[in-house]
Amino acid sequence: MSVTNISKNSTNDILQSLSLNGSGDMKKLRALALDTFRELGLPPQKNEEYKHTPITRILEKNFDFSITNPTSAFHAWEEFTIPELDAYVVVFVNGEYKANLSSLKEIKGVELMTLDNASEKHADVVTKHLGKYADIKNDALTAWNTAGWTSGLYLSVADNITIDKPIVIHYIMDAEKGQVVSLFRNLFIVGKSSEVTVIQKFNSVGDSNHFSNVVTEGVVNENAGLNFYQIQADKGKQYQFNQTTIHQTTSSRANAYTFTLNGELIRNNLNLLLNGEGCESHMYGLYLLKGNTLADNHTVADHQKPNSFSNEIYKGVIDGNAKGVFNGKIYVRPQAQKTNAFQSNRNVLLSDGASINTKPQLEIWADDVKCSHGCTSGQLDEEALFYLRTRGISKEIAQGMVLTAFAGEVVDAIKIPALKTYCQQLIADRLHKTN
Amino acid sequence: MLSIKNLHAAIGEKQILQGINLEVKPGEVHAIMGPNGSGKSTLASVLAGREEFEVTEGSVDFQGKDLLEMAPEDRAREGIFLAFQYPVEIPGVSTINFMKTAVNQIRKYRGLDSLDAVSFLSLMKEKMKLVEIDQSLLNRSLNEGFSGGEKKRNEIFQMAMLEPTLGILDETDSGLDIDALRIVANGVNKLRSKNKSIIVVTHYQRLLEYIVPDFVHVLYKGRIVKSGTKDLALELEAKGYDWIKDEVEAV
Repeated sequence: MSVTNISKNSTNDILQSLSLNGSGDMKKLRALALDTFRELGLPPQKNEEYKHTPITRILEKNFDFSITNPTSAFHAWEEFTIPELDAYVVVFVNGEYKANLSSLKEIKGVELMTLDNASEKHADVVTKHLGKYADIKNDALTAWNTAGWTSGLYLSVADNITIDKPIVIHYIMDAEKGQVVSLFRNLFIVGKSSEVTVIQKFNSVGDSNHFSNVVTEGVVNENAGLNFYQIQADKGKQYQFNQTTIHQTTSSRANAYTFTLNGELIRNNLNLLLNGEGCESHMYGLYLLKGNTLADNHTVADHQKPNSFSNEIYKGVIDGNAKGVFNGKIYVRPQAQKTNAFQSNRNVLLSDGASINTKPQLEIWADDVKCSHGCTSGQLDEEALFYLRTRGISKEIAQGMVLTAFAGEVVDAIKIPALKTYCQQLIADRLHKTN
Repeated sequence: MLSIKNLHAAIGEKQILQGINLEVKPGEVHAIMGPNGSGKSTLASVLAGREEFEVTEGSVDFQGKDLLEMAPEDRAREGIFLAFQYPVEIPGVSTINFMKTAVNQIRKYRGLDSLDAVSFLSLMKEKMKLVEIDQSLLNRSLNEGFSGGEKKRNEIFQMAMLEPTLGILDETDSGLDIDALRIVANGVNKLRSKNKSIIVVTHYQRLLEYIVPDFVHVLYKGRIVKSGTKDLALELEAKGYDWIKDEVEAV
């Protein structure tokens, strides 16, 4: 009973804190979402979708939603850049777009601006897509974001355009002067036969807790491609709710890569809606957890039309008292015949305190499909370690080799060389304890 | 070089080695034969440092050092090599990268600089010829999807690369056809020298036609019950193991 009461209070604090910016349709959408959030409240403990991740309890314990963010003069964001990566850069600090730190140049055929700008300049496009793919009716945190987002990126690519460089979005939380709570909202629209790569990177400075609620909706039109990378390796006290929904149409491609290395609480919802024939979707995930990190990946591959292909590989290495959660849903709708859908989740537990809850969830209504899933959780292969050691390799290096190879299947899928090198380094730093 | 005295080893409650005594001098080749379950592979594993086995009694001296005190990697760095009966498949680790790490870890232990890429490559090319192994196999994940013969050849290739003082071949011949056996044996023979020794653990006499031993020992119920020259292996091949068992039981 007491839990319910506290939950109501936090929900109220959140409701009080939101300012429904914007006008016209945007204002209507925000008001609608606010009502939904008021009705749902933060997820109660019995909520099936948050079964292993008591997000409400964790947020309430660590945040006071009645206080506003401290001001920030942070500008030394260069330390967070990805070395050798030639990219267009967008920087947000504590939920605010920083024009002076960003390099949003004119790119032919591309509209790239903050979502708040776009909701004025391209109101019709934004109205058409925003809130249409992410579940703003049933997921309280997504509703919260929809009601109260303060900034984010709008990316709209015309037909037949391949953007020459990836777009990197830096989300920086300046928690030097106290807790930070930020709500980001992104909308990506990729025109017919176009191709774009977006990298989201999360970092912070300071010792205070920070929470980001990041909701991204992507629309990939006919024969287009979207590559979407997320790097969650912030060493501060990061709490994050991350909802990504990508809507695919005929013959489109979506590749999502999610790397989670640090954080207090990370909840990722990644939903791919294959709403066209001949779609191809890949979801790659790697989580290397230690300390008290709780990382929860919920994914959905929703096959709505025939002849599409989806493949998912999520791998985890869990150490210390860290906790991993994986839930992978595959839906094959009645008309989605000839679907090929594959899923695999493999975990290595390195300590007695480490844990993983993994659950594949396949719901198939069509009868002519190929679907498979597999999940494994276990210790490091002792026989492999012994074999390497009998060749003169130390136990630590042998362990690093086996784990790096385990992670390799995911890392090798990265298509951008500089990003691959960067991720390999992050992973090597984690997995090779001594060298 | 190697001096095993009264070695007892157990796995869990089960006593497997019950007092092994064996002296191996530089340059010698010893064959260890015996029926299934006599403890042959256990002896090989204990010498390499497999942790499942508990040494309950006895000692092993290797070149003046207490072998049983050492971690598996240090035994390798001191010059012991075990060719596995069942080489382990390690996805994602190529044989080449693995060997580069191994060679350099051993060099570091011996106070030598790491081999640069060019020297490593030429060493590798030289040893590849020795065991007639193809580079494409070495670029692949370690042992993954290798045939039985390829795995065993890879073991001998690794042995050639690491140049051990004492090589222990654990049933390297089992499951090989005659061509593969000949290649593996040739590789081993090329590694023989007056200061390197080899222990060949085998169930069959066939391998010993190619790798001719100086001594043959018969292991039975965790003890060496008979030792002789290569003729003993022929006798075992002709008569089987029952007469040995009878002799032991009669005592």
